[in-house]
Amino acid sequence: MSIFDYFRRKTAKGTAAIAKERLHIVMAHEHRTTKGPDYLPALKRELMEVISKYVPVSKEDIKVNLERHGDCEILELNIALPEGKEETAAAN
Amino acid sequence: MSKVIVVTSGKGGVGKTTTSASFAAGLAGRGHRTVVIDFDIGLRNLDLVMGCERRVVYDFVNVINEEASLKQALIRDKVDNNLYILPASQTRDKDALTQDKVGKVIGELRENFDYIVCDSPAGIEKGALMAMFFADEALVVTNPEISSVRDSDRILGMLAAKSLRAIEGEEPIKEHLVVTRYSPERVNMGEMLSLDDIRELLGIDLIGVIPESEDVLQASNSGVPVIRNERSKSGQAYQDMVARFLGEEVPMRFLEVEKKGFLSRIFGA
Repeated sequence: MSIFDYFRRKTAKGTAAIAKERLHIVMAHEHRTTKGPDYLPALKRELMEVISKYVPVSKEDIKVNLERHGDCEILELNIALPEGKEETAAAN
Repeated sequence: MSKVIVVTSGKGGVGKTTTSASFAAGLAGRGHRTVVIDFDIGLRNLDLVMGCERRVVYDFVNVINEEASLKQALIRDKVDNNLYILPASQTRDKDALTQDKVGKVIGELRENFDYIVCDSPAGIEKGALMAMFFADEALVVTNPEISSVRDSDRILGMLAAKSLRAIEGEEPIKEHLVVTRYSPERVNMGEMLSLDDIRELLGIDLIGVIPESEDVLQASNSGVPVIRNERSKSGQAYQDMVARFLGEEVPMRFLEVEKKGFLSRIFGA
């Protein structure tokens, strides 16, 4: 750094704080979304296989969600059947 | 008891191979029998950084496929008899690495070495997973830079979920943070994430800080791990890191801005 950088430096000041703030937010979000159990994708795939034996459904028609409410976890399956009917099953 | 240590980061280009080479050379230099494995199948580079590229005959995939014995594939370091290198293959695809086969090689190495250092490829694909799977400890190499910190965070999540220790419910992998390319000047100016920022974001213990230095490039140019350059700050910082890994208490160095002379302050270095 020299005297010539002095004025330029003023404007760049503080970007590290911005970086930290952004990282805090994005990492907190990723912890929520990627910390789900590993079996979810496999469960979804196997459910697909079973269901498609009986009903023609596509991948996008099955939603598998795991939510935590206090002490209990709720596994929610949402399957959109081709006729437009919807069936929802909930289990613990 | 032998120990398996993975050197990982998620992001590429942050200094995994440089750190693997210097860490392994440092352990060997202190009298421990050490082997360093390049897990970057198809893109081997550890051999260049260690300066043994012209002595590669067989590689990791040859051993995996039982085309060569470990003894045939291991390359002894040119100056240190305690240090061996197991190079990655340059041509085969990474599907060659399966859990069982890698486990068998690691098991065999455990019988002959004190430390097995696994240099992970970048990314979160199979090669990276295989490099971390059998680890007892991990060096998470991170640059003070936004994408590197985020990727390190992802890797920490994987170490906690996808390793053998995690799956078997054993004591978790011991994770150590290595911050590389650190520039105190830029931290002081508020341009670069500080050590405290990184530690706070990642929540793991710091084992070493390697200052940004041109010596690192010079060392890899000449195929000598930078830790062997005693005059280099980066080399000294790696020595400190190895000492801490072995349980010594060594204060962190090179965290403050160096005092500059009057003239260089006015006209730039």
